[in-house]
Amino acid sequence: MPQSAEQIKDHATLFCEPEYIELFARKHALENRAAPEEVERQAEYTKSWEYRDKNLKREALTINPAKACQPLGAVFAAVGFERTLAFNHGSQGCTAYFRSHLARHFKEPCAGVSTSMTEDAAVFGGMQNLVDGLSNAYTVYKPDMIAISTTCIAEVIGDDLTAFIDKARKDGVVPADFPLPQAHTPSFVGSHVTGYDAMVKGVLSYLWEGQARQADDRINIIPGFDGYAVGNNRELKRILGEFGVDFTLISDVSDVFDTPTDGVYRMFDGGTPIAAAKAAINAKATVAMQKYCSEKSLELAASVGQETAAFHYPLGLGATDEFLMKLSAITGKPIPESLEKERGRLVDALADSSAWLHGKSYSVFGDPDFVYGMTRFLLEMGAEPVHLLATNGGKEWEGEMKALLAASPYGTRAQIWPGKDLWAMRSLLATEPSDFVIGSSFGKYFERDLGIPLIRLTFPIFDRHHHHRFPTWGYQGSLRVLVTILDKILDVLDLQTAKTGISYDLVR
Amino acid sequence: MEAEAKAARKQMIADVLAEYPAKTAKKRGKHLNVFEEGNTDCGVKSNIKSIPGVMTVRGCAYAGAKGVVWGPIKDVVHISHGPVGCGQYSWGQRRNYVSGAVMGVNSWVAMQVTSDFQEKDIVFGGDKKLVKVIDEIEAMFPLNKGISVMSECPVGLIGDDIEAVAKKKSKEIGKFIAPVRCEGFRGVSQSLGHHIANDVMRDYMIDPAAGKEEPGFESTPYDILIVGDYNIGGDAWASRILLEEMGLRVIGQWSGDASVAEVERAPKVKLNLIHCYRSMNYICRHMEEKYAVPWFEFNFFGPTRIARSLRAIAEHFDDKIKEGAEQVIAKYAPLAEAVVAKYRPRLEGKKVMLYVGGLRPRHVADAYADLGMEVTATGYEFAHADDYQRTTKYVKDGTVVYDDASEFELERIAQALKPDLVGSGIKEKYGTQKLGFPFRQMHSWDYSGPYHGYDGFAVFARDMDLAINNPVWRMSKAPWKAA
Repeated sequence: MPQSAEQIKDHATLFCEPEYIELFARKHALENRAAPEEVERQAEYTKSWEYRDKNLKREALTINPAKACQPLGAVFAAVGFERTLAFNHGSQGCTAYFRSHLARHFKEPCAGVSTSMTEDAAVFGGMQNLVDGLSNAYTVYKPDMIAISTTCIAEVIGDDLTAFIDKARKDGVVPADFPLPQAHTPSFVGSHVTGYDAMVKGVLSYLWEGQARQADDRINIIPGFDGYAVGNNRELKRILGEFGVDFTLISDVSDVFDTPTDGVYRMFDGGTPIAAAKAAINAKATVAMQKYCSEKSLELAASVGQETAAFHYPLGLGATDEFLMKLSAITGKPIPESLEKERGRLVDALADSSAWLHGKSYSVFGDPDFVYGMTRFLLEMGAEPVHLLATNGGKEWEGEMKALLAASPYGTRAQIWPGKDLWAMRSLLATEPSDFVIGSSFGKYFERDLGIPLIRLTFPIFDRHHHHRFPTWGYQGSLRVLVTILDKILDVLDLQTAKTGISYDLVR
Repeated sequence: MEAEAKAARKQMIADVLAEYPAKTAKKRGKHLNVFEEGNTDCGVKSNIKSIPGVMTVRGCAYAGAKGVVWGPIKDVVHISHGPVGCGQYSWGQRRNYVSGAVMGVNSWVAMQVTSDFQEKDIVFGGDKKLVKVIDEIEAMFPLNKGISVMSECPVGLIGDDIEAVAKKKSKEIGKFIAPVRCEGFRGVSQSLGHHIANDVMRDYMIDPAAGKEEPGFESTPYDILIVGDYNIGGDAWASRILLEEMGLRVIGQWSGDASVAEVERAPKVKLNLIHCYRSMNYICRHMEEKYAVPWFEFNFFGPTRIARSLRAIAEHFDDKIKEGAEQVIAKYAPLAEAVVAKYRPRLEGKKVMLYVGGLRPRHVADAYADLGMEVTATGYEFAHADDYQRTTKYVKDGTVVYDDASEFELERIAQALKPDLVGSGIKEKYGTQKLGFPFRQMHSWDYSGPYHGYDGFAVFARDMDLAINNPVWRMSKAPWKAA
């Protein structure tokens, strides 16, 4: 009997019991399976150079991409504004997917509605769905703003969002001045990072429309799509507070994706006040923490006369230095001593651990800005990047990565892989391995198949909890990234040396 | 239930509806009810379009076809045909376990294979790309036994002829290629996706293979199929072990841990045993009509229903199997009793509110009853009238029943009923917990399982206990706040 009430075995151990091992054997005999040798041969072949060549030559087939689609980014951006409801015009399944995807990462509820377009809407257009949807959403959820994005169906059939929204206003389902920004975010264009940009731009251009800019000294900061937004946005606010800078975070999800358990469900919490987003037109400058999440939004900011600057997910020392110096240059305020001290502490930590960090090799995958920022920090540790991959990275990103690597003696081994997916990365790692992989939970299959330990440092992280509550940006955030990496290095070393006991040292 | 209590529940529903615009309140009013004992249905409308803007929990046809029915077939490569999102969000999320498989070599269940449509594919059509995708799958994954093409929204809107591509390429590669027209805008929920998936399984796998010789396979009088078990957390294995122990031979599992061989030999079976009626009844009906294979609905949640099901299944066979069923029940009785003895005192009288999919809103009711718990409210995302008829056999007088409930309705009903446990999905989990209610995901078993069979019942009982009796639920109020 495999199970017992005293020691209940679940899926992790139950199926290792002899009764189930025998069950599998009986089942496999009825599966007309490929011979074990054939499976073994193919498994080995997938790790060969020949397979790698074929794998990298794929033109049509995508396997395990490290990117999601535009409206996911639009939803993420939308919920970062105060009492704003994310509203997708399209099939309802898309919205169910965005909500569950974000919930699985943040371990938080994610609100969002759709217009539930079905076959008749596909034929006759989704106008009535949009009008009814706005009426219901406005009445039931009482938001202060409804941010409308689209999914494939609405884009393919060419629904005229602007006309539909006008109709909704004429029908009086929402007040005449109720904010209804929009973004076109079909999934067959760009990825979640461009969808994020489209929604931020949609909100700002809606709120800025018809306003004359009266320049002030504030700074706008667009954080970008970030799985660590809860920790990072708060860290950003702390840094700016130290600086004494007046700022507006444009889309701040740090509260809505981190609400307390105290007997209340807050569908809306925190976020950029709509009045602040409206007044953001007057800011002196708009700074994007992630360039590829903000290209269109920065164009908008520049078009109204603001200074703009863009960073690549500022991890590590140099990137944080540059970010702070930029803030100082824009505001004319000196970099506060408190932050300079934090800088010194990060250097201190890097020095203390440098012997363990130096020369380790890493492959990194994720969004283009993350891969850039992470790689830059690795180079600062004296580590050697090997495969650097962004499924949603393009030529421009490739050029920036090349320049980054060329500037460091530790960058010579690195290869840059724009547009490639994680099945391609598997081949790359099988043929030219690195000591570690840095990426999302999707990297856990490399760990299993190739024995390369994964360090989870980017979205989505489904199989570990609460990482997003801690920052990765700035000197403090970098310290945490450093510790995460170092812990993995030393855990792996302990595991390796535990077998013989030789080098299983108490002091490292 | 007392008339007064029932009236209060009806008033609760009226209060919820009052917050909708009038047109929506009228529509939603038909989907919410308080069950009256003796009625042959639950008094709710079902399988009707969701109302825009109210945050339905439902998904789409693609989710039903790829996510539920086809996706778990392990030796088939499933293409999420269209843009990247659908496949990305459903990647590895249903925990359909597979055995003896090497991912990317002879199994692709926990992978995301997509044609990743770009704008040019929308403008010029995706058929040429699909041809190439199939060729590249053959190069990457030569041990696949077939390919499914799971259509996403754009495919059906731009006039692609995936059937023609499938036909042509299937001849070329000598394996089946199944075009599944499960675009997300079809139907009103996941449900039509199940139906479409069943139909394609029939047309591209079962019927074409019927009568095909299978060397080395010999029928026995005890051959059965497990239908509509997706092996979430290993459910189908915990069911199979009991059926095998009673003397039956399970010649296929659909579709959790399924292989193509197990689907293709289906007409040779003596009896189809269906667990999730909603998602796979169509194929059972087809096999009944075309191959005269009878089918039987069973329920392997909790010892009461398991024993009843084992005996009812045995009725379809000879005395040897009947004896086998009794032996299995006797063998596991001490385990079931020990589990109940351990957990019932901790769970007695606890009230559960459910909102799930296919079979669970009714099927788990007696498993809770085995633990002394009571389902006080239940409902389905995508049920049909026949599901609600079946539900009457499980729920008690006065149970609140909701169909296609919105997040808003669920929140209000939970606050009014104050259940001790809520069982629903990932989208509902965290908001419900913030309200202070213990919660279990009843789609994915909250990353636990199995819950089927006797082995699974022990896990089920443990999980309900750890959810309800965790100390965290007494911590939400700060001690300096007055009670």
